[in-house]
Amino acid sequence: MEVLKIATAGSVDDGKSTLIGRLLYDTKSLTTDKLEAIEKTSKQKGYDYLDFSLATDGLVAEREQGITIDVAHIYFATKTKSYIIADTPGHVEYTRNMVTGASTSQAAIILIDARKGVIEQTNRHFFINNLLRVKEVVVAINKMDLVDFSEEKYNTIKADFEQLMGKRDYEEQKITFIPVSALKGDNVVHKSVNTPWYKGETLLKHLEGLDMAAVSNVGTPRFPVQYVVRPKTEEFHDFRGFAGKVYGGELSVGDEVVALPSQTRSKIKDIYFYDKKYETASRRSSVTITLEDEINVSRGDMLVKVDDLPTIEKQFTATISWMDSQRLTAGSKYVVQHGVNKVLAKVETIHHKINPDYSGIDTDANDLGMNDIAQVTFKLNKPIFYDKFKEHRTNGSFILIDKKSNSTVGAGFITQ
Amino acid sequence: MKDTSHINPLENEAIYIFREVAAQFEKPVLLFSGGKDSITLVRLAQKAFWPAKIPFPLMHIDTGHNFPETIEFRDRLVEELGLELIVRNVQDSIDAGKVKEESGKYSSRNSLQTTTLLDAIEEFKFDACIGGARRDEEKARAKERIFSVRDDFGQWDEKNQRPELFDMLNGQIELEQNVRVFPISNWTELDVWSYIEKEGIEIPSIYFAHKRKVFLRDGLIWSHSDYVFQEEDEEVLERMVRFRTVGDMSCTAAVFSEAADIESVVQEIRDSTISERGARIDDKRSEAAMEKRKQQGYF
Repeated sequence: MEVLKIATAGSVDDGKSTLIGRLLYDTKSLTTDKLEAIEKTSKQKGYDYLDFSLATDGLVAEREQGITIDVAHIYFATKTKSYIIADTPGHVEYTRNMVTGASTSQAAIILIDARKGVIEQTNRHFFINNLLRVKEVVVAINKMDLVDFSEEKYNTIKADFEQLMGKRDYEEQKITFIPVSALKGDNVVHKSVNTPWYKGETLLKHLEGLDMAAVSNVGTPRFPVQYVVRPKTEEFHDFRGFAGKVYGGELSVGDEVVALPSQTRSKIKDIYFYDKKYETASRRSSVTITLEDEINVSRGDMLVKVDDLPTIEKQFTATISWMDSQRLTAGSKYVVQHGVNKVLAKVETIHHKINPDYSGIDTDANDLGMNDIAQVTFKLNKPIFYDKFKEHRTNGSFILIDKKSNSTVGAGFITQ
Repeated sequence: MKDTSHINPLENEAIYIFREVAAQFEKPVLLFSGGKDSITLVRLAQKAFWPAKIPFPLMHIDTGHNFPETIEFRDRLVEELGLELIVRNVQDSIDAGKVKEESGKYSSRNSLQTTTLLDAIEEFKFDACIGGARRDEEKARAKERIFSVRDDFGQWDEKNQRPELFDMLNGQIELEQNVRVFPISNWTELDVWSYIEKEGIEIPSIYFAHKRKVFLRDGLIWSHSDYVFQEEDEEVLERMVRFRTVGDMSCTAAVFSEAADIESVVQEIRDSTISERGARIDDKRSEAAMEKRKQQGYF
């Protein structure tokens, strides 16, 4: 079975939690005790329908305010796929949560309230899914029941959204429009009788049909070394295994590799997953690799194929998403965590802020605040081995860590 | 043969997390309860570091009210794998006057574990505590990070959590802080059971159907035991039951079941319409029971 991670985006009251609740309910993923709790609370609130949003809104504060304030993870499975939904809040101040949710997702669902159509928030939601290069986007036009399932309304919203699509910088992204009513269940899991004019699939059927290989961003193989395994036992006296996860492509026994930053060459001798040897390490597998030669490799180093080197530089420019209340200023220093590698970085130049709604850039930016997105050049104290985010989602991204608070304060996507 | 290949991405993710813990922290510990989730963690840790041994100890916070089967199993596992086991007892915290034993019909030592755990973290200066919590278990846990920072009082600040992007885990902390690590965050109950089946992992016998003395209260099946308060009119019955989740005898309810082997257990979970924590008496206390316990440092 396959695992599909989906990020959701929608404004407050667009019915995001209700949609997820509906998916869970109609796929019979809600257990009796959860359902009873939902029924009980819905009744207490005086609703004459089941408030599915209660299935996902977890924290006390959220239940009090009736909004989702953090990324929650929801799980359900069908016969074909396991689904992990990152439920992220939609209001402006929580852009950082949306970026976070999208970073681990291969697909996204953007909700639009059919009564309101494409609003400024929609631009933001789409912008972030573009920025993060989420390959598969579903635009769920919700609350169709409140606009009498009007085809005209649906077409207007679709056309408005298509205007936005012209502004994106990610042609390979696939976009699918579906008219739904999360509250009533139309076109979520079951085909609606109210939208005879809609010839497409239901939301679930569409997700079920996604080809996992096609939604993954495949690039060149990169093997960041996480940990050096040295058992020092009698049986494995000389064993020196490099443990890590393979990103982008495959590595095979016999591959000629070069270790970065030392630039020493060797060949892959064995690939282990636990105590078994394999000929090939697949993409995203956590393996242990041994080399033919005894070369010096430690955590943070990277093994790559000799004919496929990444950029090795002490400087890069990236689009960053700032996530902290402390402002980012030119000249300040942060820790850049690039995969499992950490280096010190200094903000060299803030080129411009990018309005996350396709309305242009702001070249007058001296510092960045929470939820700002900007083009920034960093200088590093040591070279890192990176690819452009466009070409390698893993090896082209990094996080920024504040040296004092140790908090993760930003995320970046390398452009050059 | 059932298709359990979807476990692979989850297994790979868990192994990656274990390696990050070993690389980023100086004194990690694996919190071991003897339940199926922590047993699964031990297998994943073995895989992460093979052929080397698991590079950190296991720690059990023992309430003294465990199922005897769990303790026997724990000791055997540790011996077979040559692991180091630290045990700290809730009884000692009670004797030292640090916590007060609950009394009455619903008394349990479950929430008392928090104090003993926090004391042990301080005693050993653990900077990372690995646990088997899963996001699908409970609403508050659905918001949990994989690396979840606790302040020097062991508290969880759910509104101020570090964003986790891509695979990158930020384990930087200050002295006195520690991180709770959840390698199987993204696994569901069924994922765990399928994995146990596929890997042939041994688990305590109480997970399989057996005859047990029980009594019924509030629609739940309670174990008849010295550790569980029982009213005189609550009649002792002998029934075929098994446990879906294993905590203290005082907070874990049984389910009626005939599933005596792993295959039938997996099938039963697949067909089940009750969630796993539906049989956790500790969660029934209130809508926000878990979140409150977590803020105070509960695992």
